[in-house]
Amino acid sequence: MSKFAKKKSGELPAVSTASLPDIVFMLLFFFMTVTVMKDSSLKVKNELPVASEIKKLEKKERVITIFVGKPNREFEKTYGTEPKIQLNDKFASPSEVGDYILMERAKKSQDLQNVLTTSLKIDKDANMGLISDIKLELRKVNALKVNYTTGKGDAFSNIK
Amino acid sequence: MGRRAGAPEVNAGSMADIAFLLLIFFLVTTTIETDAGLDRMLPPIEPPETDVIIKEKNIFQVSINKNGQLLADDELTDLKALRAKAIAFLENNGDGSCSYCKGKKDPKSSDNPTKAIISLKNDRETKYSTYITVQNELVAAYNELRNRESMRLFNRKFTDLEAEYLNPETSPELKEELKEKVKRIQDLFPQKLSEAETSSN
Repeated sequence: MSKFAKKKSGELPAVSTASLPDIVFMLLFFFMTVTVMKDSSLKVKNELPVASEIKKLEKKERVITIFVGKPNREFEKTYGTEPKIQLNDKFASPSEVGDYILMERAKKSQDLQNVLTTSLKIDKDANMGLISDIKLELRKVNALKVNYTTGKGDAFSNIK
Repeated sequence: MGRRAGAPEVNAGSMADIAFLLLIFFLVTTTIETDAGLDRMLPPIEPPETDVIIKEKNIFQVSINKNGQLLADDELTDLKALRAKAIAFLENNGDGSCSYCKGKKDPKSSDNPTKAIISLKNDRETKYSTYITVQNELVAAYNELRNRESMRLFNRKFTDLEAEYLNPETSPELKEELKEKVKRIQDLFPQKLSEAETSSN
């Protein structure tokens, strides 16, 4: 048997898939680096309004997030359909916001405690009454820097 | 063919499968987002010790009722006209001390930009989306004026300057330089947007 025997012609050579792992790994590394793990699951409807004059919220470790919105369908029976506040993983009343902020603030390192921003992720159908209550609670614990988190877009599209 | 010396090659055929598995995991858990929004400072809860007397003409009162209607300086105003109205109020320059203002110098409106205050009031039943739109328009009014001055002084938009200043990737030397510029523009049109307590009815 000669070493350089000619292949039988007529048969299509198979496409080499040897580089497939490389491609997949490349994608994998991309997603691994851009990934931010979700730290809490949303239990409320959270459709943010849009605004055009927005500023980016840099540095995630300096942000405390509060969600507000209608409870999802599976929680409707227990919590009703009125917009609710979600702190971490559970529903809360406005009076608990202050304690939550203080608790979260205590978790952060000393030098960050004075530069924290509260990100308010509020559903666009919520009423201002609840938000005023939250704002009052935030003022009570001296968490004055807030960010009304919104999407980017034409602000007039909020009003139909 | 006879066996050669050296270890046999490990079959790497399943590597792709493993990589795919990981890839799919990260694809599912990924949320690519940088949050953005309107930055606001809430007023401190203790009232300031010295009561400052503010002339009524220096306050631009914006109220939103529960139907989303807007009252700006006691006039029913369309949301789209709010920005222009706020700009006219801010750079009115009633006492003539503001050299860069292009306002009408109406004696019934604000004295100068450093004294002009915009007060935003809302009903408890106002929709959040309306409130954000109004906030956005008021911030836009400030930004428009600041951009204009920034273009005149530094030939760059204020919003760009500020974004670069706040970007953590900007080098410290550049930041120092930008800080001065940002501060200078901010002093020309200081953002005095007060959020009064919500009226209950």
